Amino acid sequence: MLLIRCPYCEEERPELEFRNAGEAHIVRSPNIAGESDDDFEKFFFIRSNPKGIIYERWRHMHGCARFFNAVRDTVSDRFLMTYKAGEPKPTKLPGAAK
Amino acid sequence: MSATFRIAGAGRLKQAKIAGFSFDGRPYTGIEGDTLASALLANGVHLVGRSFKYHRPRGFLSAGAEEPNALVEIKRDQARKTPNVRATVQELYDGLTAQSQNRWPSLAFDIGAVSSIASPMLSAGFYYKTFMWPKAAWKNLYEPKIRAAAGLGVAPDQPDPDHYSARFAHCEVLVLGGGAAGIAAALAAAETGARIILADEQAEFGGSLRFESGAKIEGQDGFSWAQSAVAKLSAMDNVRVLPRTTAFGYYAQNFVGLVERVSDHLQNPGRDLPRERLWQVRAKRVVLATGAIERHMVFADNDRPGIMLAAAARTYLNHYGVAVGRNVGVYTANDSAYAAAIDLKRAGINVAAIVDLRDNPTGPVIDEARALGIEVNFGRAVIRAGGKLRVSSMTVQPKNGGGERTMPVDAILMSAGWTPSVHLFSQSRGKVAFNDETKRFVPGIYAQDCVSVGACNGTDGLLATIDEAYAAGAKAAKDAGSKPAKGTKPKVDADESWSRGMLGAAPGAGADTTVKAFVDFQNDVTAKDIRQAVHEGMRSIEHVKRFTTNGMATDQGKTSNMHGLAIAAETLGKPIPQVGLTTFRAPYTPVTFGSIVGHARGPLFDPTRKTAIHPWAERQGAMFEDVGQWKRAWYFPKPGEDIHAAVDRECVTVRKTAGLFDASTLGKIEVVGPDAAKFMELLYTNPWEKLEPGRCRYGIMLREDGFIYDDGVVGRLAADRFHVTTTTGGAPRVMNHMEDYLQTEFPHLNVWLTSITEQWAVIAVQGPKSRDIIAPLVEGIDMSDEALPHMSVREGRICGVPTRLFRMSFSGERGFEVNVPADYGEAVWEALWAESQKHGACAYGTESMHVLRAEKGYIIVGQDTDGTVTPNDAGLDWAVGKKKTDFVGIRGMARPDLVAKGRKQLVGLKTRDPKVVLEEGAQVVADPKQAIPMKMIGHVTSSYWSQNCGRSIALGLVAGGRDRMGETLYVPMPDGVVELEVTGMVFFDEKGERLNG
Repeated sequence: MLLIRCPYCEEERPELEFRNAGEAHIVRSPNIAGESDDDFEKFFFIRSNPKGIIYERWRHMHGCARFFNAVRDTVSDRFLMTYKAGEPKPTKLPGAAK
Repeated sequence: MSATFRIAGAGRLKQAKIAGFSFDGRPYTGIEGDTLASALLANGVHLVGRSFKYHRPRGFLSAGAEEPNALVEIKRDQARKTPNVRATVQELYDGLTAQSQNRWPSLAFDIGAVSSIASPMLSAGFYYKTFMWPKAAWKNLYEPKIRAAAGLGVAPDQPDPDHYSARFAHCEVLVLGGGAAGIAAALAAAETGARIILADEQAEFGGSLRFESGAKIEGQDGFSWAQSAVAKLSAMDNVRVLPRTTAFGYYAQNFVGLVERVSDHLQNPGRDLPRERLWQVRAKRVVLATGAIERHMVFADNDRPGIMLAAAARTYLNHYGVAVGRNVGVYTANDSAYAAAIDLKRAGINVAAIVDLRDNPTGPVIDEARALGIEVNFGRAVIRAGGKLRVSSMTVQPKNGGGERTMPVDAILMSAGWTPSVHLFSQSRGKVAFNDETKRFVPGIYAQDCVSVGACNGTDGLLATIDEAYAAGAKAAKDAGSKPAKGTKPKVDADESWSRGMLGAAPGAGADTTVKAFVDFQNDVTAKDIRQAVHEGMRSIEHVKRFTTNGMATDQGKTSNMHGLAIAAETLGKPIPQVGLTTFRAPYTPVTFGSIVGHARGPLFDPTRKTAIHPWAERQGAMFEDVGQWKRAWYFPKPGEDIHAAVDRECVTVRKTAGLFDASTLGKIEVVGPDAAKFMELLYTNPWEKLEPGRCRYGIMLREDGFIYDDGVVGRLAADRFHVTTTTGGAPRVMNHMEDYLQTEFPHLNVWLTSITEQWAVIAVQGPKSRDIIAPLVEGIDMSDEALPHMSVREGRICGVPTRLFRMSFSGERGFEVNVPADYGEAVWEALWAESQKHGACAYGTESMHVLRAEKGYIIVGQDTDGTVTPNDAGLDWAVGKKKTDFVGIRGMARPDLVAKGRKQLVGLKTRDPKVVLEEGAQVVADPKQAIPMKMIGHVTSSYWSQNCGRSIALGLVAGGRDRMGETLYVPMPDGVVELEVTGMVFFDEKGERLNG
């Protein structure tokens, strides 16, 4: 069981309290009704599924109930960092050098 | 039988405390503190089991958790029998009852042993190659027969009456293993004041100090020092000491699973104690002090009862005071067996000879053995053992060939060296490294915040171990954030030390002959099997393992893996590190299902949700059905009624007079705030801005892909307040869906969402008399059709308590849903019930609710839809706001596939024979005479007998359904084809006049 730091509660809590909510930084267009089929496909169906660093959304379901973003290494399962929903995608990652 | 192999003055058990026990029905006596193994050995019993595949007689190999042979069934009563218990770890209590396994009719005469005679046919991969044809026979013939012949114990066939508990714990330093290394590390860490947990699988701490008679620490013998050190630790507030506790799994971020055996060693555990306790520990630092496991020598017939590991024999003598024989032989490739021979000789046991495979070893133990008059032979091998149910002789030969010499023995002590226990380190995803000089895998690259100390780290000798462990314990506490403390390292006065040894087959394992030189005792894998696997093309050790099953038994190859690897490497002609080591997996030793399940069984497996009105329904004799976690009243049978009779009566009564229905389980969410209407516009297909306060609307929620996700009636209580209802099962996911969009896509909207499902009890009153039933109890609400029309909501009071009174209908009749605070739910229901009885109304359950709504063609999301149905497919286009520019699902709904012709559409289905009720889920075809597989054009989603219509009714999803009105379609069933007509979805009161009836 992983420990996950909730950026709102500002502490590490056990994985049991959280739910994964899919990939992060996928923006819903304000003019979604006018999107082309290709753009909608990219927005709704296509996900990156990388081996390595993934940016994903989590919800502190059984805690503060907030959605937030996390950077996780899918190889080691290690969380590199978490940050609040709406904050920009981080460019520098702690401990991601190796 | 008296305990004739107990040596007076030897061991640490108090002779006064006698414990009687039985094995295979025969009574014996032991001493409290014995294991079942030591007690049986004290009685001269070595034969305790039959092997898995060849049914060979087996005895004790070890004195610990690594035991592959001595698996027995411990039986307290019919329900509490535990198979596959290692006799070497089962503590004795007075009255213990044990049985041997995998033998028939008896242990000494086992019919299954015929497979040993046929064994040349049963070599590695035999099952894979032989039982492949005919294919069907594997499942029906071969597998059951093989499983019956090969096997371990039998699982109990009754529910487990014991209970199991679980705890979470956090600490700065978790020390796994309570031998000299673990204790020293715990002492150093504990002195800093940090929270420490020290766990050991044995009943008593000390590890190898149990048998190392040469160890002296702080002026005491090693074992006594261990007891006083652990007593000191136990007395400290910051230390938790857990004996009988096995660390079975090492998971991510220093999360370690331990299982504590709380009462398996007690004669009368009572009901207060759990049988086992699962500890889930999160540690800042972990100190691995898991020791090492001795390996056996691989030679012909090395599995005969009486042949065991040297340190095991030493443990039985030095700890339990038991001699494993009267005339023992010793076969070794390392020094540690000498210490065993010396201890036994000093206790008065004859040592026939020490046979040492090494050419010219030197050292103090060798000199000492010689000084005691023990015959020591270098450069020689034991090439086979004699005897069947018990070893009777060993045959010795120079290792490069020459004259044989057979000497009688009644036990053989063997040692090929020691394998560091890197299981937990490897589970932590650490990488092991092979030390070519000492021929062992030791911890290499660490993946987590842990450190290995002592024998499991390849550190030899007590002095070096205590130095290393004490420093590591202090550092672990410091790294975990504790302040360093000035402590005193335990002083080692006398040391035992050895290393090296051999890996793989000894000369007595033969080349490619018919000899049985066992590598893996529990799975009956011989040196020959492993060579054969390589000859048949297995190259990776992982393939060799699976082909031979070496290391795949419940002992997970604790004694066999290194030998198997070395034999494979030798046969392949490759160095060991290039062949690689198989992966260590959790659990370290078998873990009961009970300890993992804990209290989460029976009613505590999953919460049961009951409505406020549940007790009333129970008193009325309602039948209940499970809907998610909810118990819902299904139907209310009167005496003599079955479900059909009850539902027919309920449905007719509702349409004739009225019915009361408990709708409390409906999900309810309050959407509040200045932007509440804007939020509703985005989350539902319908328009909301113009809905007047006091009015209701049927809302449809989509996912972004355009498919129906949920539905429900929404009441606008005020400009900034909506009372949203959801399906019973959908409430949590709808709430999550709403929160997701509010927090992440539409955070600019000023809205609060609150789940109010549990806060309001909901009583639906439906039927022509519904208003007459409710009105006398209501205050402050005008109940006239003008003031309270269909699809409206008012706040007021009923029976003196607040209510949100909805005028709405899920039956097609004039109807109301009375929301009251849940605490008053039962009382208000009772009042309405009393009122309803004046009109001859009934209570009805979910089954009638389903029939009534189907008569009206009202859909149930999740039954008539399945996550691939659009509003248009369901005939609900009218509920989609045509002028809206955005809502969740607006773009998905416009995808090419979702607007294409020929999609499955929801329609009514009427069987030509009105008495035939279709099966829900049945497939619909256009032509029943076509060849199989038929082209299926749809399926039945809802189907009931409708007493009100006097016929069966059904809804179904049919391709192009709305263009097929009046068409005849077919449902092929096993007992014939059912003919049906496609119709509209409304079967009763098509004009909807009864809503105001």
